[in-house]
Amino acid sequence: MTRVRVYVTLKPSLLDSAGRTVSGALQKLGYSELQQTRIGRLIELELDPYDEARVKEMCDKLLANPVIEDYRVEVVE
Amino acid sequence: MKVAVLKFPGSNCDQDAYFALRDDLKIGAEYVWHEDTSLAGYDAVFIPGGFSYGDYLRCGAMAARAPIMAEVTRFAKEGRPVIGACNGFQILCEAGLLPGALLLNEGQKFLCKDVYLKAETKRSLWTEGVDHVLRIPIAHGEGRYVVDSDTLARLEDNEQVAFRYVSPDGSRIAEFNANGSADAIAGVLNEKGNVLGLMPHPERATKPQLGYTDGLQILNGLKLVTSNL
Repeated sequence: MTRVRVYVTLKPSLLDSAGRTVSGALQKLGYSELQQTRIGRLIELELDPYDEARVKEMCDKLLANPVIEDYRVEVVE
Repeated sequence: MKVAVLKFPGSNCDQDAYFALRDDLKIGAEYVWHEDTSLAGYDAVFIPGGFSYGDYLRCGAMAARAPIMAEVTRFAKEGRPVIGACNGFQILCEAGLLPGALLLNEGQKFLCKDVYLKAETKRSLWTEGVDHVLRIPIAHGEGRYVVDSDTLARLEDNEQVAFRYVSPDGSRIAEFNANGSADAIAGVLNEKGNVLGLMPHPERATKPQLGYTDGLQILNGLKLVTSNL
């Protein structure tokens, strides 16, 4: 069994309006050093067998939308 | 003339669409389940609003991969009419039938209010009958249309921008772009102009008793299809 993490993030050029709200809340809590907050999504997959190309396919077909998102795959164990 | 009103788990404007078509436009409508694989016998497709698959992952993402969507794609490529409102618009974008995507509203809030729409082109059955600024309700949390700048320029050049959010008198004013969409875009067409996606709900604006009739200006386009058959 292989555990894989897929990190999906909004493209940097797009406004993350939820992230902006979180930034505002953290700044109100006194964290004035905070410059920006971006919220993404972590998807954990367990696979047996693990095939890198097939995981990439899963990302391209469903897990991420290339119009608005980037993704990165990390094999955990 | 018969319109297929698609139903996904979590669709919730399917009945609005069905009754608007049947009672107010007086054209045939039937529900088609997301697991079906054929649109034989239908002349148009209405993809209704709602929260298909609970908006899990991204709005419209799972619905766009449902069995019926392969057939909708084939149907659309033949140049036949397809309209998606609200979640239907999100599904069409996720399915790659329309460019761009819909993100969380700029102000994060779910917006349930009237908007004013200006038709930006006459070259589609959905917009050719629109003769004034339309007042139609929206009800969405994720309706901020985004698209990369090259595609946006192409949409302009090809007259694929169907509707923009405007003021009641038809002016482009930022505050009327309620969800912060790119270039105040409320609805887009595919290249041929047969597929329309829009965030506002024309199917909720077809009855004088409810205080809205401007949705008819868009949906009446379906009657042009009937007369062509």
